[in-house]
Amino acid sequence: MHKKPKKYSIFSLIKNAFSYHENWQPVWRSPEPKNNYDAIIIGGGGHGLTTAYYLAKNHGLTNIAVIEKGWIGGGNTGRNTTIIRSNYLWDQSAALYEHALKLWEGMSQELNYNVMFSQRGVMNVAHTLHDVRELKRRWHANRLNDIDCEWLNTKEVKEFCPIINISPNIRYPVMGATLQRRGGTARHDAVAWGYARGADAMGVDIIQNCEVTSLNVNNGQVIGIETTRGSIKSKKIGVVAAGHSSVIANMVGIRLPLESRPLQALVSEPVKPVIDTVVMSNTIHAYVSQSDKGELVIGAGTDGYTSYTQRGGFNIVEDTITAVVELFPLFSRMKMLRHWGGIVDICPDASPIISKTHINGLYFNCGWGTGGFKATPGSGWVFAHTIANDEPHKLNVPFTINRFSSGELVDEHGAAAVAH
Amino acid sequence: MNKKISFTFDGKKYSGFEGDTLASALIRNGVFLVGRSFKYHRPRGMISAGSEEPNAIIQLESGEITEPNVRATEIKIYEGLNATSQNNWPSLNFDLGSVNDLFSRFFPSGFYYKTFMWPPKYWEKYEYLIRQAAGLGRSPTKDDPHQYEHFHYHCDILVVGGGISGLYAAKLLAKANLKVLIIEQHPELGGQCLNTDSFKTHEVLIKELEEQNNKDNFKIIKNSTVFAYMHSNYLLACQKINNAKIRQIIWKIRATKVVLATGSIERFLTFDNNDRPGIMLANSARKYQNHCSAKDIKKIVIFTNNDTAYQTAIDFFYKQEVEVQAVIDVRKNSNGDLAKKAEKLGIKIFFNHAVIDTKGRKKINSVIISELDESLDKAIGRSKKLSCDLLCVSGGWTPTVHLFSQSKGILFYRESDATFIPDKSFQNEISIGACNGTFELDEILKETYSKISGLLTEFGKKIDVKSRINSEKIFYDKLKHLWIVPSNKHFGRTKMFVDFQNDVTAKDIKLALREGYRSIEHIKRYTTTGMATDQGKIGNINALGIISDLSGVPIHKLGTTTFRLPYTPVTFGAMAGRHIKEFFDVERTTPMHQWHVDCGAKFEDVGQWKRAWYYPIENEGILQAVNREVKATREGIGILDASTLGKIDVKGRDASEFLNRVYTNAWSKLDIGKCRYGLMLGDDGMVIDDGVTSRLGENHYVMTTTTGNAASVMSKLEDWLQTEWPELKVYLTSVTEQFATISINGPYAPKLMNKLCPNHDFSKDNFPHMSFQNIGIDDVHCRVMRISFTGEMCYEINVPSSYGKALWEKCFDLGNEYNITPYGTEAMHVLRAEKGFIIVGQETDGSVTPIDLDMSWIVSKKKYDFIGKRALYRSDTIREDRKQLVGILTKDPNEILEEGSQLVEKITPVPMEMVGHVTSSYYSPNLGRSIALALVKEGIKKKGLKIYAPMPNKAIEVEITNPVFIDPSNERLSA
Ligand SMILES: Cc1cc2nc3c(=O)[nH]c(=O)nc-3n(C[C@H](O)[C@H](O)[C@H](O)COP(=O)(O)OP(=O)(O)OC[C@H]3O[C@@H](n4cnc5c(N)ncnc54)[C@H](O)[C@@H]3O)c2cc1C
Repeated sequence: MHKKPKKYSIFSLIKNAFSYHENWQPVWRSPEPKNNYDAIIIGGGGHGLTTAYYLAKNHGLTNIAVIEKGWIGGGNTGRNTTIIRSNYLWDQSAALYEHALKLWEGMSQELNYNVMFSQRGVMNVAHTLHDVRELKRRWHANRLNDIDCEWLNTKEVKEFCPIINISPNIRYPVMGATLQRRGGTARHDAVAWGYARGADAMGVDIIQNCEVTSLNVNNGQVIGIETTRGSIKSKKIGVVAAGHSSVIANMVGIRLPLESRPLQALVSEPVKPVIDTVVMSNTIHAYVSQSDKGELVIGAGTDGYTSYTQRGGFNIVEDTITAVVELFPLFSRMKMLRHWGGIVDICPDASPIISKTHINGLYFNCGWGTGGFKATPGSGWVFAHTIANDEPHKLNVPFTINRFSSGELVDEHGAAAVAH
Repeated sequence: MNKKISFTFDGKKYSGFEGDTLASALIRNGVFLVGRSFKYHRPRGMISAGSEEPNAIIQLESGEITEPNVRATEIKIYEGLNATSQNNWPSLNFDLGSVNDLFSRFFPSGFYYKTFMWPPKYWEKYEYLIRQAAGLGRSPTKDDPHQYEHFHYHCDILVVGGGISGLYAAKLLAKANLKVLIIEQHPELGGQCLNTDSFKTHEVLIKELEEQNNKDNFKIIKNSTVFAYMHSNYLLACQKINNAKIRQIIWKIRATKVVLATGSIERFLTFDNNDRPGIMLANSARKYQNHCSAKDIKKIVIFTNNDTAYQTAIDFFYKQEVEVQAVIDVRKNSNGDLAKKAEKLGIKIFFNHAVIDTKGRKKINSVIISELDESLDKAIGRSKKLSCDLLCVSGGWTPTVHLFSQSKGILFYRESDATFIPDKSFQNEISIGACNGTFELDEILKETYSKISGLLTEFGKKIDVKSRINSEKIFYDKLKHLWIVPSNKHFGRTKMFVDFQNDVTAKDIKLALREGYRSIEHIKRYTTTGMATDQGKIGNINALGIISDLSGVPIHKLGTTTFRLPYTPVTFGAMAGRHIKEFFDVERTTPMHQWHVDCGAKFEDVGQWKRAWYYPIENEGILQAVNREVKATREGIGILDASTLGKIDVKGRDASEFLNRVYTNAWSKLDIGKCRYGLMLGDDGMVIDDGVTSRLGENHYVMTTTTGNAASVMSKLEDWLQTEWPELKVYLTSVTEQFATISINGPYAPKLMNKLCPNHDFSKDNFPHMSFQNIGIDDVHCRVMRISFTGEMCYEINVPSSYGKALWEKCFDLGNEYNITPYGTEAMHVLRAEKGFIIVGQETDGSVTPIDLDMSWIVSKKKYDFIGKRALYRSDTIREDRKQLVGILTKDPNEILEEGSQLVEKITPVPMEMVGHVTSSYYSPNLGRSIALALVKEGIKKKGLKIYAPMPNKAIEVEITNPVFIDPSNERLSA
């Protein structure tokens, strides 16, 4: 078996410095897959890793494996713009994301791995009367759901984010904003690595470079998987493969109501601190924050077409940058350093699926679309519960796959919530 | 000699010459210390002469034209240029941040993941300090005074790169009567050849091509970097032009064929303290020395693992004031032509040796060299110190395959010289010359000739055999790759930089591997190697080599990380081009817009449209103005500019069937000349749009949509037609902008209509509600519809746009006696709310069915199908306790609810259970009190119930009512 990991701290850092850092242990082992596990999680993104972590931690299931076709955190977990907030409109969503946000607030300590969760506030800006109406609706709903949220008028917006252009003469003037102070950003890779380390310490096998090629089902019960590294047996399988969940569902004839589309993002060259919060605008389609390294992190809306290539059209990038320059004219002479894309898995109602299926022991967690990073810990928490008890946690009851036949949708884009 | 130019660096005045880059001008002045590194604040100098530069990054100028993170190696000096070093305090020479270097052993890669966690609340404070320390230059703080343009270019062949291979390719193509574009990132053509004395062919080529520029479909663009290679041979280049007004141009290029001739980048070697100012890539050092003579450079050492660096030794040898101390070569020997030549000249060569350390804090002053053991793993024997003030390093060459890789081409790893070279193309493209792994000049010429000849055949052309060029052959002996140069120190104490700007060393990579970050992407992310502003152009291959060495996995099995756009950073402003300010999402205005402006109207943005919101007179506030407009409409005549509503012309054999499918109600039996209101649902059964459609002929309708949804409805309808119902013969045309729409409302509306068109019978028998007639007004053909969104008698006149303003003005001339009053969108909202009419997007939000709106009358039970029908009968959509549209009256008639307020049945401490929300809320001057519409759970059943809107400071009591507040029996409509 493995040893409990040594604790990270300033002291361990100093101590290790004297042995040239040669005594650090691996963050996770790289074991060969066993023949049989009590549960298998397919997909080593943030949601898969948190699921494994909470299965072990909350439910005592430690003979489990996370199967990842590439490297952990290499999907959307490592490609997103890391905006974290819980100010969702509908009760069902607000409850789930707020649960996640609370977990974020203790995450670095819980994992003993600094995920750099930075609560610098998330501001959603209104540019039209329609925006004002919608954002106020959300603000009131958040207030009554006991989720921190404030309404800022134009002047207060400027005070909170001094570099924003509030001239009344611009194309879409700033008419106010909601602000969730507890919102912010985090270091995406650290989330994957921290949870992987924590799960590994409890005995979870993290198996990378192992692609699941088919699911084995017998008499309506899953019995295992075939992978590029052989077959593995298990009677509980949780699929957390983001855009590829539909591919895996197809292996057993399930059609998921997911569309996979490119979503693009970019960073500028690093500069000294210039913007100290996250600013999002739905009307002009842009959002921006600054990373600890100093890069402006900028995201766009999804491309209009379904695709599995992790890159979209340049016009989307151009439009996004244009919007950023419009809102922050001082950024005009900044430069785009790096651009990338991910494939996001979008449900018709822009809410996730965290659900059992008609096949015993087969569970799906997907459809997080453009905004699932913020849910990472909460998603794993409730999905672990679902797998361990073969029944949903009260927070994910609304997110069943059956809602698409019953019509009980949780329509977050209809509600003009800003994605991400 | 060229013109003398003076410039300032860190407040000190220097002079250089025209044609100098900032880096070469500084070297000319003996300035090698130009920056500080990101993490340890180590003193750094320029190590290259191009876009791969990680160290010489400066802040250019100040104020509104400042630009952070500019590579000094790329910017040409101009009179008065003012540059400042970055990331140091108080000064470049004395930087307090450099204490980090002393404590660097406590800051290995990823140290921040392991610490700053205690006490938890302090993270904010730690982070503040981290953020202050991070970042390089400073963001501008003022608006950019410059302008940027976008140009489009279509050509048969795009040649990227104006080095010898690109030039030769261009020459071979230029006479073939094809449209050819050649792009070079530097201000001058020639590439590496500019550095050679012996080979002069490029000069002839350049002359020939320059003469042909802009003639015969041939074009050269210099000073432009191709930064993106997208699908379908779509490439983007950014041109720097430094004209007084226009700063940069983005070229958007579509080429049938792309010829990549992007050259290669020299590699560094990874040895202890390889980052001191005065340590440079050998070929860059040679470029600088050929271009400018550096002050204070007396002794140089060359450190190499291949033959190309011998050219540097030879060039320096011929410089009188410089002494070539030695060439340190890790190889056992070399039979290459250049090495032989150097030997003959008497240059001292230490084979089987390496530089194992360097000295000199702010400028190198000596190197320590040592012999290597058989396997090059260890330094053996006594080390020697050689003094020098310049160390030229060459670790071989990396083909610039960035664009090839962006195009999704597949790379192949060539073991012999450790290079990734193009293997399989994905798009219509070829690579030639150094970027294809062909380094020797004569071979480049041969390869270019044969590949271009093949390319011409594809275009049905023949190559001109007379244009063949050759060169003298030079023999280069094999390179020996040595990813980690041995040291006689403990590895943990070395500082062998791989990524200079981000301060990533070989031992950081080792640490990452030890900690289990094994995939190349994990290592990159954990150590941040390759993520600096140079994106690892120099360092990435060394990082790969080191990982391979340490992990034992061969390089080709590690794979490279993805090459992402842009090749070099691109200015935001350039990407935005002219699409900012007044051209940002260009405003749409109606033909009557100027009239509203002249009238002092306030405007509201609805989609892209500017709509008149209200028309204040004198000092009226919004409430007074709107009250006046609303009353005038109910008592006299109110006139609204409704031109922004979407209008779609629907024509074709199956037009009726098409409408049957897209709206919930039935259309086949609508008489020609009649109008009908329709609700459109999404496939989830939820309302997405509404509007009135009129039947113009047997197979011809005109549909109206909401203002904001016009475009999305149009594309949705096209989507259905093209992908789901190809069997339907229906043609859609957007005619929104073809017509101006004037909506005349109120009891006196028929009177005005009579005045506008005296010969027409506007009686309700002849012209009933929900019908339209074609009417000539002053000989202009108008389509007049009797429909109403206010509950008043209303005529909507659709007139060709160009007559819109004239007709609008005419209405005022004739309507004066009825107190004709223009009203804006706010009054329109109040008027329709008084009647309980919905606005899609306000009363609905994508979660509301027609039944929820109490509009089951509009849902056909008989029709076989329509979009959303099936969804309407799902278990959740037929629930009876859904949220439903109701009216809301506040207990205090003067209290106007805030739109978006939530409603609760019981006031409790939060969290409170919400039963609905206020969708619309206004003061109704006709009722003399406030009114509101809301969606409330089981609202229809609960009329009369008292509920609450809990606001931050109080709870407002309200009553659920019927949503129709005025004239429920529609008497006014048909009066
Ligand atoms: C550009 C961009 C910006 C975003 N911005 C934000 C934001 O600001 N805030 C926010 O909250 N969210 C954001 N998101 C969304 C967020 O990134 C995702 O919702 C979230 O990270 C999804 O996590 P995951 O674990 O479900 O998926 P992933 O991280 O994609 O993990 C799925 C894993 O499954 C693996 N896999 C797939 N198929 C197989 C197979 N057959 N066998 C084995 N393994 C397999 C994949 O390799 C992958 O590692 C953004 C997304 C993108 C692309």
